[in-house]
Amino acid sequence: MRRLLVANRGEIAVRIIRAARDLGISTVAVHSTADAEALHVRLADTAVEIGPPQAAKSYLVVDAILAAAKETGADAVHPGYGFLAERADFAAAVADAGLAFVGPEAAVIERMGDKVAAREVARAAGVPTVPGTEGGIEDVGAAVAAAGEVGYPVMLKAAAGGGGRGIRVVDDEAALRTAFPQASREAAAAFGDGRMYLERFVRRARHVEVQVLGDGGDVVHLYERECSLQRRRQKMVEEAVAPGIDAGTREAMTAAAVALCREVGYRSAGTVEFLVDVDALGRNPGGGASRGWFFIEMNTRIQVEHPTTEMVTGVDLVAEQLRIAAGEPLRLRQDAITARGHALEFRVVAEDPDRDFLPAPGAIDRVVLPAGPWVRCDTWIEPGMRVPPFYDSLLAKVIVWGEDRETALRRSRRALAEFAVDGVPTTAGLFRELLDEPWFTAGKFHTGTLEQWLVDRSEAGP
Amino acid sequence: MSRHEVVSPIPGVFYRRPDPDSPAFAEEGAAVEADQTVCLVEVMKSFHQVPAGAAGTVVEFLVENEDVVDAGQAVAVIEVA
Repeated sequence: MRRLLVANRGEIAVRIIRAARDLGISTVAVHSTADAEALHVRLADTAVEIGPPQAAKSYLVVDAILAAAKETGADAVHPGYGFLAERADFAAAVADAGLAFVGPEAAVIERMGDKVAAREVARAAGVPTVPGTEGGIEDVGAAVAAAGEVGYPVMLKAAAGGGGRGIRVVDDEAALRTAFPQASREAAAAFGDGRMYLERFVRRARHVEVQVLGDGGDVVHLYERECSLQRRRQKMVEEAVAPGIDAGTREAMTAAAVALCREVGYRSAGTVEFLVDVDALGRNPGGGASRGWFFIEMNTRIQVEHPTTEMVTGVDLVAEQLRIAAGEPLRLRQDAITARGHALEFRVVAEDPDRDFLPAPGAIDRVVLPAGPWVRCDTWIEPGMRVPPFYDSLLAKVIVWGEDRETALRRSRRALAEFAVDGVPTTAGLFRELLDEPWFTAGKFHTGTLEQWLVDRSEAGP
Repeated sequence: MSRHEVVSPIPGVFYRRPDPDSPAFAEEGAAVEADQTVCLVEVMKSFHQVPAGAAGTVVEFLVENEDVVDAGQAVAVIEVA
């Protein structure tokens, strides 16, 4: 690999260019007309304009990107995250053009991107998935039998439905006997099909994901990240490693992630997402085999929150992706990878937390980025720039390491106090408030906690 | 009869349809209510509905589907009923 085209923008394009440069690989940036002055364009050795501001007419146009690669003599393409990163047709087109795609093969992207196919891979690899019925159930007797196997509480979903309609949660058999006929009648009325799916309901779930690297044969894990602090399914804060996950569960979960990736011959960096039942974890501490955690899906790309893993393991994940894409075998042996201390990442976005997170593009006058020991800021913003309205609102990721979680939290307060942007509202102040919340500092939260806190906060008023 | 300009409150990309496979929110010549959505503006990957703002008839749209609009830019004209 001599010349890498980065098919992305913003902080991740900057991040990838840095990794390439560290390895002595020259870089090609692509950009829309809105990003002509952007940092990633100036940092790259070469830049090619690929279209107007709208992503659908620039960053998502496969032919324009391949033409830019050809024109500049690039021999590899890194898709970053978002845009074309998990589009199997893009990976295939890159390979067909004779270039190295920095990611897994198109067939693997397709297979792991399909929820049903990915669940089948998980089952074949012996990885637990959320227990539930395979097909639709028609009568209450069958429902009671199925619930007995799945385990309460169970969720009833219309087999023909979608979008959360007609979903009911029941805690025991008596409740199921009442709810099933009702739910089934409603489903029949709404969808013309009264069959129901039954699935274990996890009342308080955490989202924990395992980072993996594979070279098509060998697979290693780089421990897990905690990603439960979300608003409308968008992550806001991530941590490595996950607080409150005991050694037994960690060992079982990371082994499951590796088994899953071996099953598909995974190549490149990837993330295996698990749902962790907070209550099951509490009931059975240390019970790695308690099955209080379930495979949800796999992300076949580098992720926004990858720096937290880099901070605790000392591994440059993007550089490893590039080496693997260049055909090198994995350099890392599992027993040489350790997770030391604790890292947090705060996603500072151009949104106004006091106006229901209204996106706020605009001109930036002043920028103060935190630095100092064990503070990293991955960003693309500069004073005097305009944040365009066409792309996501991520301005900067403030990433902080400490020898333990307590230290990392203290350092996070310091780093976020330094952070300043004038011109557009950001979420930096919200994170300073969050760092004073006992439930957060104690690591006692699940995927619903942050959203509830935001509701309470907005009801309490300024 | 007075004319009312429908203004985009935010900068972004302008859409006449809720999704590519659906019909337009309102065609030129159509009668609309004040709170009826006449277009979408996408800003930072989130979609904002823009209401007509006055009951009446859509005279014309001033921008094309998928055009870039600024905050405060007029996107349509309504003849107020």
